[in-house]
Amino acid sequence: MPPGTTPSQTIGPFFHDALLAEDRSELVSPDHSSAIRIEGTVYDGAGEPVPDAMLEIWQSNPAGRYDHPADNREDLPLDEDFSGFGRCGTDTSGKFSFVTIKPGSVPGPDGQTQAPHIMVSIFARGLLKRLVTRIYFPDEEEANAADLVLQSIEDPEFRKTLIARDEGECLRFDVHLQGEQQTAFFEFAE
Amino acid sequence: MRQHPSVGDAGRREDMGQPPYLYPDYKSTELRAPAKPLIILPKTLSDTTGPAYGRGLIGKLDNDLTRQYAGEPLGERIIVTGRVLDGDGRPVRNSLIEIWQANAAGRYTHHNDQHPAPLDPNFGGAGRCLTDDEGRYRFVTVKPGAYPWKNHDNAWRPAHIHLSLFGPSFRSRLITQMYFPGDPLFGQDPIFQSVRDPEARQRMISIFDLEITELEWALGYRFDVVLQGRNATPMENH
Repeated sequence: MPPGTTPSQTIGPFFHDALLAEDRSELVSPDHSSAIRIEGTVYDGAGEPVPDAMLEIWQSNPAGRYDHPADNREDLPLDEDFSGFGRCGTDTSGKFSFVTIKPGSVPGPDGQTQAPHIMVSIFARGLLKRLVTRIYFPDEEEANAADLVLQSIEDPEFRKTLIARDEGECLRFDVHLQGEQQTAFFEFAE
Repeated sequence: MRQHPSVGDAGRREDMGQPPYLYPDYKSTELRAPAKPLIILPKTLSDTTGPAYGRGLIGKLDNDLTRQYAGEPLGERIIVTGRVLDGDGRPVRNSLIEIWQANAAGRYTHHNDQHPAPLDPNFGGAGRCLTDDEGRYRFVTVKPGAYPWKNHDNAWRPAHIHLSLFGPSFRSRLITQMYFPGDPLFGQDPIFQSVRDPEARQRMISIFDLEITELEWALGYRFDVVLQGRNATPMENH
């Protein structure tokens, strides 16, 4: 019989020295010709900013290849300077920010293609297990309209919580943990 | 402690081996737990892949929290070791574990920790290492103290070490806490009790193991971690 899974517990309020001693919020240099900045604020159910959360992101490169052995599509290039992983804590005003490059389209279920997106994990005091969400891109209307995961969310307002807002200087992706404007969060299918 | 009827995550079938998001005994969940139903995410490369963070990053003393400063920290020196396995019981190799903890007096080196217990100038409380080819890891540290918090009247956290693990994919990411056997504070701790299956709670408690102790040096605790999901791809080549 396979062993039982170890339960999740909250990250608590005191993780900063252990997890954020190195700044991993810039996946590429801000001077990179294709650099984009994604900014946001994490809010709780009372609309107050959450100053002690940590976000992690995971994404493919612009060619749509993940830097991981399970993605063995050798015809697509890997970029040795781009791991696809980032980590950022929220500041005293609940803000976070990543500098990265836009991921490509990646394979989806049943031979379909998924719209470009970034996987996100959110940890915080008061979250006994992480929250999982995705950042989609506002300039991908057609791909977003065909994306099975996005389209599995029936309520269009709820679906929109996953699409970053273009603010010129940056893309904005606010996270609402609870309430009317709550962000859509995922659980994994087996 | 009050007993609550099972508080589901928006009405789905519940895994009693994992905590729910909303657990009212743990006050901070009340404004942070999502209330709308979770969306089922089909398995794709986006989550069967994951970061290989930490490789090439680890310093020689990163897994020995007793040797990171000029002098030795106060407290009971301990060795914490075990294996990291996937859902099939196979070792998770070459994967990052990060830990953090209070010092022996129950105080974190963190500006927000106001507990009036002494800081230890020789203890930072943070460590990390990679698992080896059998999925093994090993830390040397001191036993953390219990500490009070404001969740409820006379609330105390049982002694614990925080662990953060990546495993083979985005799916397997886990942050948990390791407890010590026989702690009298388990019964009143809502974070520990948020895992409602008593067998699953046992999986968060380390095992004292005389085999791991080092003669006239340190006590030994074993703590194995089992991550969700399976290794889709052998990791040998990476």
